[in-house]
Amino acid sequence: MQKVKTTSSINVGVDVGGTFTDFLMVNTETGEFRTAKVPTTVDDRARGFLLGIEELDVGAEAIDWLVHGTTAGTNAVLERKGAHTALITTAGFRDTLELGRRTRPYAYGLSGSFEALIERNDRYEVSERLDAKGRVLIELDEDEVRRTVQQIIKSGAESVVIHFLHSYINPVHEQRCAKIVREMWPNKNVVAGSEIVREMREFERGTTAAIHAAIQPIVSRYIERVQSALEEEGFRNELLVMQANGGMMASSLVGEHAVQTVMSGPAAGVLAAAEIAKASGFSNVITGDMGGTSYDVALIVEGEPVIAAEKDLAYGIPIRIPMIDIHTIGAGGGSIAHLDKAGMLRVGPESAGSYPGPIGYGRGGELPTITDANFLLGRINAEQVTGSDNKAPLEKIETAMQEQLGADLGMSAEQVAAAIIEVAVNELAGAIRLISVEKGNDPRDFALMPFGGAGPLHAVAIARELGIPQVVVPRFPGLTSALGCVLADVRHDFVQTINKPFIELEAEEVNKLMQEQARAGRELLARENVATEATEVRHEVDLLYRGQSHVLRIPIKADHFDSQNVLSDLTDAYLDRFNLSLPEMVPVLVNVRTTVIGVREPIDMSLFKPGADTSLEMAKVGTRRAYFNGSWYDADIYNREFLPVGAELSGPAIIEQYDSTFVIDPEATAKVDDIGNIVVDVAPYQ
Amino acid sequence: MTSAMTTKNKKDGIDPVTLTVIEKGLQQVCSEMDLVHEKTSFSPVISESFDRSNGIYGLGNGRVISQGVMGLPIFIGVMQETTRSVIDYRDDLEDGDVILVNDPYLGGTHLMDVKMVKPFYYKGKIWCYLSNTGHWPDTGGMVPGGFNSTATEIHQEGLRIPPVKLMRQGTMDQDVVRIVLANIRVSEERIGDIKAQIAALDAGARRLTGLIDRYGQETVESAIAELEDRSEQMMRAHIDTIPDGTYCGTAYMDSDGVVNEPLEINVEIAVNGSDIAFDLSKSSPPCMGPMNSVWATTLSSIYVAIKHIFPDVPVNAGCFRPIKVEEPKGTFIYAEYPRPVAGCAAEVSQRIMEAVFLALADAIPGKLFAAPAGTSGNISLGGFDPEDERNYIMYYFSGGGYGGWWSGDGITNGCSTIGISKSQPVEVLEQRYPVIFDHYSIREHSGGAGKYRGGFGVSYKVRMLRGSGTASFLMEHGKFGPPGILGGEEGACNEIRVCRNGQIIEPEHVSKGEGFTLGPGDWVEVLTPGGGGYGLPEARSEELTKRDEKRGY
Repeated sequence: MQKVKTTSSINVGVDVGGTFTDFLMVNTETGEFRTAKVPTTVDDRARGFLLGIEELDVGAEAIDWLVHGTTAGTNAVLERKGAHTALITTAGFRDTLELGRRTRPYAYGLSGSFEALIERNDRYEVSERLDAKGRVLIELDEDEVRRTVQQIIKSGAESVVIHFLHSYINPVHEQRCAKIVREMWPNKNVVAGSEIVREMREFERGTTAAIHAAIQPIVSRYIERVQSALEEEGFRNELLVMQANGGMMASSLVGEHAVQTVMSGPAAGVLAAAEIAKASGFSNVITGDMGGTSYDVALIVEGEPVIAAEKDLAYGIPIRIPMIDIHTIGAGGGSIAHLDKAGMLRVGPESAGSYPGPIGYGRGGELPTITDANFLLGRINAEQVTGSDNKAPLEKIETAMQEQLGADLGMSAEQVAAAIIEVAVNELAGAIRLISVEKGNDPRDFALMPFGGAGPLHAVAIARELGIPQVVVPRFPGLTSALGCVLADVRHDFVQTINKPFIELEAEEVNKLMQEQARAGRELLARENVATEATEVRHEVDLLYRGQSHVLRIPIKADHFDSQNVLSDLTDAYLDRFNLSLPEMVPVLVNVRTTVIGVREPIDMSLFKPGADTSLEMAKVGTRRAYFNGSWYDADIYNREFLPVGAELSGPAIIEQYDSTFVIDPEATAKVDDIGNIVVDVAPYQ
Repeated sequence: MTSAMTTKNKKDGIDPVTLTVIEKGLQQVCSEMDLVHEKTSFSPVISESFDRSNGIYGLGNGRVISQGVMGLPIFIGVMQETTRSVIDYRDDLEDGDVILVNDPYLGGTHLMDVKMVKPFYYKGKIWCYLSNTGHWPDTGGMVPGGFNSTATEIHQEGLRIPPVKLMRQGTMDQDVVRIVLANIRVSEERIGDIKAQIAALDAGARRLTGLIDRYGQETVESAIAELEDRSEQMMRAHIDTIPDGTYCGTAYMDSDGVVNEPLEINVEIAVNGSDIAFDLSKSSPPCMGPMNSVWATTLSSIYVAIKHIFPDVPVNAGCFRPIKVEEPKGTFIYAEYPRPVAGCAAEVSQRIMEAVFLALADAIPGKLFAAPAGTSGNISLGGFDPEDERNYIMYYFSGGGYGGWWSGDGITNGCSTIGISKSQPVEVLEQRYPVIFDHYSIREHSGGAGKYRGGFGVSYKVRMLRGSGTASFLMEHGKFGPPGILGGEEGACNEIRVCRNGQIIEPEHVSKGEGFTLGPGDWVEVLTPGGGGYGLPEARSEELTKRDEKRGY
């Protein structure tokens, strides 16, 4: 396989979503771009993939970079449809993955269920033990390992996790055990927990490794199939794959890094948002991606998406890899409005989903949703329903609003619809506020960037509620994840627990670890054979005061570790976030993190700007009655495609494009900026 | 009564959107307090286990206006009692003051739950109280960690703090701090917890000021009144689904830790339309040992039980209006000075809830689960670690099986029903303390049989690696397993074994004991209860039976 050229021109990003697969082709030499959208082919995802490439009308042989974001792994975990996986673990601890941390699914109510990722009869124990300092207390019983491997082979398992206590401090037994397993059973799907994450906490580390093992065969097979199908079409480069950290990797690494593909599609979207915002001059951004059932929020601080190291994929399924920190709120276009037993108007958490969906989609939905409220208030075009040949049945929506909600609330159908949106906006704004506060940020210092089909519909209202002064709507809100694939750098993250008070810490020890992690990252970059412009290495440390549980992450600004600098940064960070100073406490260095980035040639975002042959007159398609603040207005309707650079708009206005609708309410004004983004001045409450 | 209040009657009141928005706004004030408290705390019981609560309480009677949804459930009813006590006790509150209190008899729980109450002023006038509580790892007393099982009066249990001013007009009273720190173990980290708790109240004050600024004092006040009415209405709608009648439930506790006799919690529930009344007066008299429960904790246990049955009712003072609980004077669940109470919040409370669940099991079969493990499984081990050269207190609790429910087996290793606390990982415990775990596993066959069986308890063995330690236990369900319902069988009982110099002993009181001194190589083994079964075991599907066999459950 030949090395990918950096001077090359044809970049393609592909994001496979639940319903649609999005494609974006960018030719950096000519400045041309093309988009395509095809239904996701669930039975054979590779088929849809080729279909979309065909639709882009670029020969597979001409593509230089092809980056792919996939949810194949995420879904396998959530639906417990991962590969048949076995666990080899420290004697006495085979139930760790099932026992968890003593929890229940809901704070109130004692019902509910949990299924472990690896079934109990597939979990095996072997004699071995280290203490918390990594000293060997019981030698690994290698004969027992061999007998266990024979049993596992017989059981028909496809994948194996080796997970021993305290392997984050000393992986010697895990490594030895993995070596024996691999010798006896040549199988790519053998992983030791410490190869995935080297952080303390056995349930979290073990579950992360189990997620990896359960999806490794599935993701590898899928990527191999896509790669070979593409090669048959003449593609001559290595397929690249998105990761949850917002970077990408070569598909040849996808097996050993399968866990990194979890949630990679949404991560790509946030990465794109960061780049788009940067090009428009915004470095602090909150992103809001609204779909049918959920609303995803992420923060971009100083141009970089915030990365989290502690997420839960679902109840009882923690994942401990660095991921772009995306919070999912259970409110989407399909969220159902209803009255609770106290007669209070509630929106969600039940959703009509995509089937039967909102009433307006005409697929049998009977319950009023957020989308229906938007239809009724004239915010979404009822004449053209995405994915349907029929108009939205406005009368039916009106009757449902009136009968199911309005009668009891003493409100008209349109008042009900406005109330649904207000309640939803408020709930979303509240959730966003908590998310930003948790990270120590004030939302008023941010711009809001909505994307996804429904994100831009409510963005201005949400921003106003939060005191956010500006909203930035990207040129293609529905293609953000595919764009993120095109923009991503190659990226690898490393972490190791040290867990020592500063007084006992030798700077040399930390420096050595940082160097080792950087070297490992550079080695991966070399193996990937992807040519990049530069290599960037960043180090961070997780700190706390002895006795605490929650760490604060502090970047190492120099290329070496300096206790005094780090400590004074910690003091500042504490004052800044919590208004607390704790001079009497003992600071502890918990983890050392290293990120190695292979920087690609940047793509000039201005190539997405509207052509010179556009004008406000061309863009304006008419007016439509739309409801704001208790009365009906004639809102200007624009076709986004023809809105020229510099166009100035004032609300009420609705901007439509193929897969998204953007609403500017009467108080706001907007302008199309130099790269085609619409920047709105919200006029926040004071 | 307000039961006649329907949505239609409220048309002329505050508009429904503003109402929902202010409801969420108040919740966010509390959530932000919870967040700051948890992130900055030093007590692992707060930061890892969320054993804390923050809320907003009303003038006059301290009624709950809103309380953080991330807080520990047991504090649902307790915090308004605490706030009320502070209001009654002190008439000299000023802006910038923060009151410190842990007195169990003044709206409290056990001594380890240390509360702070801050009067909140809006535009120069007192408007409400912001209060919080956090579980400190130690408040002095006869055993490290506070979960003693042999005290016969409160003074043996630890430092008792009446409502005193910790902050006076924004300045911390260092004398109060000195007295507190001089009386507790491993005190050097506690100043961090004190600061964290104050920082949370300050964060709440800032956010609440913003909320009132935004919507106006009058609107927020009428929204609060309206929200209380709505909560009441919702609670009444739920109670209405319980057929009228009188229902009885009994839970038996192993012993009080001093006198080795069972204690009985007897609840009689009278449902009449949308009103529900609880009579606990037939419960056992006050006990010698620390298994007495103070009134605030007893009352709160009833509230939490109801909230577990009807989880969707938002918590504010309104939802408690249809619930009448007679003060069970003269029983061990109405403890008065100087009765010892170390077991009230973690153990007695869960068993009061169990009695309520059992009483209503037949009345509303589709809404109730069989009895959960119902013990916090507290173990504390304190001593000196020669390798780290410091004193330590390991305070650990474990989960147990939940009862089977109407469409599934019980949760395995569920947390205490009054809590949402996660247990600490084995790797973290071994990092911090001179111990090693031989195993930490599912306790096989411990779930009560049933159409849906109980979840499993946990089995663990912890061994001293070096140095010395003294172990004490405060657990329950050692003599009587968690009962099944509708024909289901009971879950396995709690078991404790201690090995000293090769000799295995079991505590005399089965689930309680203290003063077990351990040296290197000695160990403690604990088997926690499984949950009760739901429905007749014969009705269990063959598929589930086979699956359990295959998994070696």
